[in-house]
Amino acid sequence: MSITAYVNARLIDPSSKLDEDGRLIVEGTRIGAVEPGQGKEGLSEGAEIIDCGGHVLAPGLVDMRVFTGEPGAEHKETLGSASEAAAAGGVTTIVVMPNTDPLIDDVALVDFLNRRARDTAIVNVRPMATITKALDGQHMTEIGLLSDAGAVGFTDGDRPVSDSLVMRRVLAYASEFGALIVQHAEDRALSAPGVMNEGEYALRLGLSGIPEEAESIMVERDMQLVALTDGRYHLGQISAVRSLEAIARAKSKGLDVTCAVSAHHLVLNEMDVADYRTFARLNPPLRVEDTRLALIDGLTTGLIDVITSSHRPQAPEDKRLPFAEAAEGTVGLETLLPAALQLHHENQVPLMTILRAITTRPAEILGIEAGTLTAGTPADLALIDLGYPFKVVPESLRSRSRNTVFEGRTLQGRVLRTTVSGRTVFEAEKD
Amino acid sequence: MSTETSHGAFAHRHLLKIRDIGPGDVTFLLDLAEEYVLQNRQVDKKSSLLRGRTLINLFYEPSTRTQSSFELAGKRLGADTVNMSVSSSSVKKGETLIDTATTLNAMRPDMLVIRHGASGAPQLLAQKVDCSVINAGDGTNEHPSQALLDALTIRRHLKNFEGLTVAICGDIAHSRVAMSNLYLLSMMGARVRLIAPPTLLPAAADRLGVEIFHNMADGLKGADVVMMLRLQQERMNGTLLPSTREYFRYYGLDHEKLANARPGALVMHPGPMNRGVEIDSRVADDPDVSLIHEQVEMGVAMRMAILDAVSRYRRNDGERAS
Repeated sequence: MSITAYVNARLIDPSSKLDEDGRLIVEGTRIGAVEPGQGKEGLSEGAEIIDCGGHVLAPGLVDMRVFTGEPGAEHKETLGSASEAAAAGGVTTIVVMPNTDPLIDDVALVDFLNRRARDTAIVNVRPMATITKALDGQHMTEIGLLSDAGAVGFTDGDRPVSDSLVMRRVLAYASEFGALIVQHAEDRALSAPGVMNEGEYALRLGLSGIPEEAESIMVERDMQLVALTDGRYHLGQISAVRSLEAIARAKSKGLDVTCAVSAHHLVLNEMDVADYRTFARLNPPLRVEDTRLALIDGLTTGLIDVITSSHRPQAPEDKRLPFAEAAEGTVGLETLLPAALQLHHENQVPLMTILRAITTRPAEILGIEAGTLTAGTPADLALIDLGYPFKVVPESLRSRSRNTVFEGRTLQGRVLRTTVSGRTVFEAEKD
Repeated sequence: MSTETSHGAFAHRHLLKIRDIGPGDVTFLLDLAEEYVLQNRQVDKKSSLLRGRTLINLFYEPSTRTQSSFELAGKRLGADTVNMSVSSSSVKKGETLIDTATTLNAMRPDMLVIRHGASGAPQLLAQKVDCSVINAGDGTNEHPSQALLDALTIRRHLKNFEGLTVAICGDIAHSRVAMSNLYLLSMMGARVRLIAPPTLLPAAADRLGVEIFHNMADGLKGADVVMMLRLQQERMNGTLLPSTREYFRYYGLDHEKLANARPGALVMHPGPMNRGVEIDSRVADDPDVSLIHEQVEMGVAMRMAILDAVSRYRRNDGERAS
């Protein structure tokens, strides 16, 4: 068995609250030992030695919300290109959304995705299946069979389950299988005319607004349905102050509720729409600064469990349009880590909390073996230069689509090396 | 005023929104338009100022008066004027705005007048073409030439804007006319009031720095100018308002409500009017108070001034390049 020693590393493992200098030994595809305080001494003959240069060695990132274009829109993103982008961003597991063409609402399609991922992706790919067949919002998919086939959760992606009765039944039925229901909370009747956050800025741009209540009303409803059913509920993207309040109440009652926030909602606000930048046309929209600060606070206190990239590739022809006509979404796999690290650099959130939200916590919620530096678990690792500054240049992204809301922004932190099951899948260019 | 090489007070290549220009620019355009009012009242209305220039009217929304106003303005200044409307262009064939823009740009126009249903479309266009872009109304954002012609009309009657109280009434939420007028009149020192039922006011209207009223009697009290807005048919079907007759009862301008305004207050409407919905015919047709026809006349003069002003920038630009 091949042995690789990552020496001279700052080992950070949110799953054990470890933050110490030391070394980590990889044996084959798995972590052999985590040894704080140890240097190069006593390594076995023939071990490959990787000097981490004192940089952070953390579990590889787990990104719970990634849209690709495979199958059906491969010009936007394939599993392969998404995995290249993920590897460059230190992400070793991507959870892909089922909003493809065809939709992932059938066991055969989960099998298809798993095979395609095995053959073309360089990071772990975990599919989610739809909650309702053909996204009709009415008829639930085969939650048991799909779980057995490898679906790590169920979501209608960027569509809400609007019907309260359907949501109640789904939560109740899925609880029998321990299946995770991931909701996109949006009262579409209330949000329908809107294209950005409602408020003064939208008014000044002549754009119609989406109030935060379009999200929080549905979150409030869902919390009551979770209480009624004992379901496992995860809010895919939180972006409203009142949603935070609803989640807080549910958690205090002991309901099995978790939530995620997109990295851009932690770092940007509605002003980043600037002069009709369509890369900032997002769902949910970027909110006001006070909400952004509330989200950061929610992350710090643990109310928000997970940070995702909400990676949403879009082709140029879908973004080079007037704002209201442009497609929603931003790519994010390659900026998830540096965007999240901005909260560390600005002393807003402890580093351990940030890393926990992109490694350990999503792995726990998904119930997968990842997000930890523990002997015996798969050697999925990210070696991180925390302070490295760079400007986000769309053309240099590995993703097949370049619609990044962070375009032109300076971020700090990059991945030096990404390891998946002991194999190096990305190495930064030396400079 | 008319020198061949001077920008005058207007150093802008495009006219995309009122917020891009300052009080000096507004005054310059109003003064220039006054000259064109005189020209338009001659038997021979045509000059050769813009001879050799090409003006393209690109209208993604149907419009009779704005389009013909810009067309006449271009022709009276001697420019070659082409109208492109949605039904006769490739827009219906799925071509994107940017592709249309680059196609038109290749025809080397000097001025592009655009109306589009999406806010920000003229800005997008301006990034992609070499010529001057003039916004003839974009979504619910701005309609700068309308605000300027309204200002011209007001100034001809009331001399200046300082201290005037202007009440803008009706469907504020969906009105680019209201927004451009609000920005322009506030900038020129007038006090602006908005009067509308809550469903026709935009969210965050209270952040605009103007007074808000839901009641005509209160909102019109002491107003010097009353600007009525057109109520779109699709707003009347019960989603935002229960009925047109209820709207007319509470928000339609008749002489009884107008009596709350300053005696002699002037009434304006950007047209086309819904008689008996937002305005009573007896007010609209009352020559003592209604400026509605004068607005249309001022529209052509103001658009001539706009075309003249932006093409000065272009002229100097070209001279430097050659």
